[in-house]
Amino acid sequence: MKGTSEMASADRFISIRKVSKSFGAFQAIDDVSMDIRQGEFFSLLGASGCGKTTLLRMLAGFESTSKGEIFIDDQPMSDVPPHHRPVNMVFQSYAIFPHLNVRDNIAYGLRKQKLSAARRAEMVEDMLDLIKLPGYGNRKANELSGGQRQRIALARALILRPKVLLLDEPLGALDKQLREQMQLELRALQRQVGITFVFVTHDQEEALTLSDRIAVMAGGKVLQVDTPAGLYETPKTRDVASFIGNMNFFRGTVRRNGSAMAAIEAEGLGTIPMSTAELTKPDGAPVQIGLRPEKFSLSPTRPDTGLAIEGALRTASYMGERSQYYLSIPGKDEPVAVSSPNTHRLIGAQDAPEGQTLWLSWSPEAIVILETD
Amino acid sequence: MSSYIKRPNRALQLYAVIFLIVLYVPVLFIPLFSFNDSIYVRFPLQGFTVKWYGELWTREPVWNALWNSVKVGLVVSVISTVLGVMAARSITRTRIRGKGALVTFIMMPLVIPGIIFGVALLVLLSRMGVPLSLYTVGLGHLIICLPFAVATLLPRFEGFDPSIEEASADLGENGWWTFWRVTFPMVMPGIVASLLLTFTISFDEFIMAFFLTGTDPTLPMYIWGQLRFPKEFPSVLAMAALILFVSFALVFVAQWVGRKGLEDQE
Ligand SMILES: Nc1ncnc2c1ncn2[C@@H]1O[C@H](COP(=O)(O)OP(=O)(O)O)[C@@H](O)[C@H]1O
Ligand SMILES: [Mg+2]
Repeated sequence: MKGTSEMASADRFISIRKVSKSFGAFQAIDDVSMDIRQGEFFSLLGASGCGKTTLLRMLAGFESTSKGEIFIDDQPMSDVPPHHRPVNMVFQSYAIFPHLNVRDNIAYGLRKQKLSAARRAEMVEDMLDLIKLPGYGNRKANELSGGQRQRIALARALILRPKVLLLDEPLGALDKQLREQMQLELRALQRQVGITFVFVTHDQEEALTLSDRIAVMAGGKVLQVDTPAGLYETPKTRDVASFIGNMNFFRGTVRRNGSAMAAIEAEGLGTIPMSTAELTKPDGAPVQIGLRPEKFSLSPTRPDTGLAIEGALRTASYMGERSQYYLSIPGKDEPVAVSSPNTHRLIGAQDAPEGQTLWLSWSPEAIVILETD
Repeated sequence: MSSYIKRPNRALQLYAVIFLIVLYVPVLFIPLFSFNDSIYVRFPLQGFTVKWYGELWTREPVWNALWNSVKVGLVVSVISTVLGVMAARSITRTRIRGKGALVTFIMMPLVIPGIIFGVALLVLLSRMGVPLSLYTVGLGHLIICLPFAVATLLPRFEGFDPSIEEASADLGENGWWTFWRVTFPMVMPGIVASLLLTFTISFDEFIMAFFLTGTDPTLPMYIWGQLRFPKEFPSVLAMAALILFVSFALVFVAQWVGRKGLEDQE
């Protein structure tokens, strides 16, 4: 077997290899392969119904794989039932045992460890401190708020020191303020305990804030696995680019003159010189490029240096820390979105009137070359 | 607007009172006449006595019949509740084809007249050469009680989130331990209710017992037999009064356990 002969490696602590899952005729997970590193905060990000929970449940052992194999710490998992896997899960509904108090909920998984009552009580108290709920041991499950239940579910799993903690949208049920606070705490907790976290969310901002790396999923497939900055700055496809933040897309054609220089002729943007290392396609090949709204700068007059085009202002919205503009440019049907930070106080400033001509400038490094689909 | 709905309704109150009177007054005659100093059940009352209760105490066959009914009731309630738990669990926790048809099939004995089941079982058992005894009565009662057990337990299982059992598995417990540490305590109120209900049903069941009793009568069979002897009738009333009292107590306990269980689960 290939898997067992390979060296144990922290880089592929969890290794998902060519895994598919179908429910009857429906393909919930479609040929997914990826590796998760030891100790990292890894997120599965995607719209509702894209298969995140299904993949997580396959890691936990609640769903079998239809095809492929999952390895955790170099052990193939297909024949390992949930209660023998070195993973624990925080359920979307938290699944707190309603007939037990907080202490017994947290100590639930310790039965097999044959600990003394004193040692067990001490461990539970430590966990209650860790999740910042000291003195809550005797509370009944129905006396807890959503945020507290979430912490109990976390403590109940962490007390077993799993190799991997799986979290299924654990913050989804909390209100915005509590969610942001829990994000910070969850991140700090993960650093503190050093356990590999696999975190499911449909909230891109949450994924960007928390994760070391993110797998973007859609329709049962993994589109891209990268760091938050990597996903934002170098998305591979248009789908990823528009799922993480906002992006302007332009169709273009490659122009090459020997191997020394290359350029892209893009609709509305004109000819943009590119480094030959980045642009490997042959002369005449169609490309799709993207530019994030905040990579443009706006100015009333033509800037002295750099690439610039003229556009007509369609709409402007003041959004606090930044303003969002839409401009139409010649040669492109859809308007271009531009986001610019409000670095100065704009007291009494007038919004630029609709139809006003403004200059958009950008640097060639801001251009992302996307895979054509 | 809600005051319109909550407004007291005289007619409805009157109806409720009449309903309760019609329901319970005939039953109240039983304890009343069990203290009456006459072997005839008729007004005017002849005076207070507890001698029928004393007579009951000395009557060997009464106690035998009572003990037979208790034995059958206990065994039937335990077996039908265990089977009911297994059925409710598999109906709610597994993906099986034709689930609706299966549930209908299990519930069928509720609507099939007992006399048909009684005759059918009698024919079958005598063909197979099985002698009639308390076992055959128990078998008949099991058929009647099982749908009640399932109907009592099914909502309990439907009412709890399957991820709670998954959480137990996730925390390292196998199916057996998960059942005892999570499933069982959570469906406990349903189990108690099912035990009480099926025991009560078996305890006063007559038609199946009529067809399937051998030489050992159950209590309803015995009482029925005694109706031919007017002299015995007052002590039958005394026994009925006692049973009435115990039944009321059981129902109240069952209600209390059920309500407490629901509160815990909120
Ligand atoms: N047990 C199941 N039987 C049939 N279809 C399922 C089952 N579980 C999930 N699905 C389907 O698989 C798809 C992915 O579901 P899920 O993994 O829960 O998505 P997500 O968590 O990303 O919202 C959905 O379309 C869902 O309807
Ligand atoms: Mg989900």
